[in-house]
Amino acid sequence: MKTTKKASLGKVFLNGVITENPTFRLVLGTCATLATTISLINGFSMAIATTFVLVGSNVAISLLKNFIPEKVRIPAYVVVIASFVTIVQMVMQAYFIDLYNSLGVFIPLIVVNCIILARAETFAGKAENSVLASAVDGLGMGVGFICALSLMGTFRELIGSGTILGVPVLGDGFAANAMKFFANPAGGFITFGLFLATFNFVFAKIDAKRRNKA
Amino acid sequence: MSIESATGIVKILLIILSAVFCNNVILVQFLGICPFLGVSRRVETAVGMGVAVTFVIAMASVFTWLVQKFILEQLGLEYLQTIAFILVIAALVQFVEMFLQKSSPTLYSSLGVYLPLITTNCAVLGVAIININKGYDLGTALINGVGTALGFLLAIVLLAGIRERMELGNTPKHLRGFPISLITAGLMAIAFMGFTGLITK
Repeated sequence: MKTTKKASLGKVFLNGVITENPTFRLVLGTCATLATTISLINGFSMAIATTFVLVGSNVAISLLKNFIPEKVRIPAYVVVIASFVTIVQMVMQAYFIDLYNSLGVFIPLIVVNCIILARAETFAGKAENSVLASAVDGLGMGVGFICALSLMGTFRELIGSGTILGVPVLGDGFAANAMKFFANPAGGFITFGLFLATFNFVFAKIDAKRRNKA
Repeated sequence: MSIESATGIVKILLIILSAVFCNNVILVQFLGICPFLGVSRRVETAVGMGVAVTFVIAMASVFTWLVQKFILEQLGLEYLQTIAFILVIAALVQFVEMFLQKSSPTLYSSLGVYLPLITTNCAVLGVAIININKGYDLGTALINGVGTALGFLLAIVLLAGIRERMELGNTPKHLRGFPISLITAGLMAIAFMGFTGLITK
């Protein structure tokens, strides 16, 4: 009994990271994805902050789900999420003020990141999912988001300014002539589009292979 | 042209033009991408969504400004900004939803799931917070809100028009849907980069 439960928790976790990756499979939270992936550090820290809110709100909503009336559940969820975002805002203002300033308006905007409300609605708020499972689901989705944003942040920083985490890795010649386009908003859209298409292709190939085996 | 040196009607026009073209909410500031991709399949629904968002953003700009100045700042509760603003916006969206349900059931059903989702449209909360951060007065906040919303309307209708045409074309299989829409939006963003620097602050 214990082992099957563990296996299913692992499945819930991997579901968020791969099968239902919030960025590349569900295409949620696109604003944050596009705006903060100009550099690796911005994308990564944005995703960490989002993960904290995601786990916190999933746990809180899962604990409260029996007390929240069906009709006002969305406003109730939003208040829970906003409270966690306020915590993140305060912590970042106190300890990471530079990062807070460079992410700007997108920190309070974690409230309206669709991933968080979507998980509250489709997972944490459901009666059949335990508090632990909700926490794991939040963590899985968060890790999926971290992977996706780090990947895009690395790509855009590397191509757009020739650095990774601010360290020049492609040599001075490249940095001087970097394709600044990819650090621009327009480049963000196109990078995201190409990444999505690539993942569609990869997942289609994997599905086809699975079907051939079966 | 510069916004600060202008006065009267010219200033209002400059703020609106700057919000619509130079700082387009979607293509330059990355706010409100979810509805931008989700509701841009047909021009008709895109217009409906754009109008609903315009109304909500205009109302939200005013109400959040009042809440900030007369409640939060008076009581020293600025740290509750995020929670207070999102509640104001959620209430406004509920109001628009009830209004549309009564007055235009066809539009209501065609907007479907995206109507309650205006609450989680980052453009609405984003504009409200930017208005406060930049220290706008009530009038400027309202004008900036309307301008931003018109920018949203323009971008979503343009994308819907392109996507309607694209349905007829032969898009490669893995690019269909979101990927090609994002690439299209990227090309639109390049076009909008031409407006950069037209109006200075």
